[in-house]
Amino acid sequence: MKAGLLRYVPLLLLALAWEAGARSGMISTLALPPLSTVVVAWIELLKDGELVSNGAASLWRTGAGLTLAIVIGAGLGIFMAWWRPVHVLLSPLVEMFYPMPKSALIPVTVLWLGFGNSSKILLIFLGCMLPVTIGAFNGARSSEQVLVWSARSMGANRLRMLWDVVVPSAMPELLNGIRTALALSFILLVSSELIAAREGLGYLIGFLGASGTYDAMFAVVLTVALLGFVADRIYLLVMKRMLRWQE
Amino acid sequence: MAGIGIAGGPLAGLAREPSASRWLRSAAWGFARVFSIFALALAWELAARSGAFTPYMLPALSAVLERIWHDLIAGDLLLNTGVTLYRALSGFVIGALAGIALGMGISRNRLINWFFDPIISVGFPMPKIAFLPIVILWLGVYDLSKITMIAVEAIFPVVTATVVGIRGVERELLWSARNMGAGERELLWQIAVPAALPQVITGLQVALPIALIVAVVTEMFMGGYGLGGAMNTASRFADSRGVFAGIVEIAVIGYALVKGMTLIRRRLLLWHQEAVAPSTV
Repeated sequence: MKAGLLRYVPLLLLALAWEAGARSGMISTLALPPLSTVVVAWIELLKDGELVSNGAASLWRTGAGLTLAIVIGAGLGIFMAWWRPVHVLLSPLVEMFYPMPKSALIPVTVLWLGFGNSSKILLIFLGCMLPVTIGAFNGARSSEQVLVWSARSMGANRLRMLWDVVVPSAMPELLNGIRTALALSFILLVSSELIAAREGLGYLIGFLGASGTYDAMFAVVLTVALLGFVADRIYLLVMKRMLRWQE
Repeated sequence: MAGIGIAGGPLAGLAREPSASRWLRSAAWGFARVFSIFALALAWELAARSGAFTPYMLPALSAVLERIWHDLIAGDLLLNTGVTLYRALSGFVIGALAGIALGMGISRNRLINWFFDPIISVGFPMPKIAFLPIVILWLGVYDLSKITMIAVEAIFPVVTATVVGIRGVERELLWSARNMGAGERELLWQIAVPAALPQVITGLQVALPIALIVAVVTEMFMGGYGLGGAMNTASRFADSRGVFAGIVEIAVIGYALVKGMTLIRRRLLLWHQEAVAPSTV
């Protein structure tokens, strides 16, 4: 535990350097408000509810978009590995859309669904689906033939086999694909909220920046960064737990 | 050795399928590929013409292509594409070089490792795009802030991949090189770096699409020239053809860059066994 905390000493040093640099006047407080004032601004934002209401909007958007992407993306990937005609028809499309910079979809989702929740959810769903699909497909395709054969010889029908053999062996790669999607979902969320939104943490950052309250803006930026980090760490824990049967 | 291989000998045919069935299969595969893309394009055109959607919600593909053609003739397309590519690629190259250097430093120097390891591991999963308004505050709204943002996003996957790659170099390789009298410097450049190359290139392959995503976002946020800026303008003027034209253009560029990177990977890793195996979907 102690060694684990010691590991993060460099981050503490950075925080101290930030505070010292801003306090000493070496860096203008306009460009870099001291960390302590940022913390005070953070507490203010928390008290007046701005942080909570905008944070809730952002989390709802990521959660809904990501859930859709995982359910539909994983289903599609396993289906592609399971039934060859689907693979033949869909893989050219997956290959074509996978490298597309998903942020290009921000204006069109706004055009279709406006500035609210649904346009962000659609964007996150579209942007995060393909990494999940590819993870599920690669995982399911690599399920060992021996397992498939023995399950078949023991009389498992196709559906049972899908659930008992193919899905579990797709799990490691699928979970990795979801991790990529998780990181991507935060990038898309913040980008779309910065560019076209009326609430959400990204919107709050843009709003505070435009009104010149930089200490509060820094506070929200750090909050978003921390949320992304915490989400990833929680996901890693879940992933480890789900893959425990492997060893 | 060259003469002994079975490549040209009487055994060559045994290793593969008969050539006729192989030809049929690749033809069918090629047909399926063209078919689904063509079907999608046709579905788009028909859906737009059926009247189920207003031209504002979904302009016809033909109208969008016409728009792209006009932009091309007017010179806007080339200018915007050039500007976006310039930003994305310079940010990517800076991020890649810094990432590889930092990754090598982390694997070789304990102090660098101590300082940067927690920063990288905490910073990697963060949505760094949230720092965009701060970067603008510091560096202004022109190329510098955009390229900085792109480089910052691109550096993380490259550092991580370089560290993992160098760590994964087989000990036997290092031992035998050291045994044959290689110095530390030679060990790094002649053994560790080439052996880590597949991982490093994988890191670059992750960073390149991210660079494009960030380039487009920064351009949309700040406006001005570039494909993202053009899309932003189009969407403000409710010019949905312009928006869809932007999507098609950016998709094509993304596809070309990713494919180009795959080719570079294959070329650079010709000597490596993994280069033989196909790595796409």
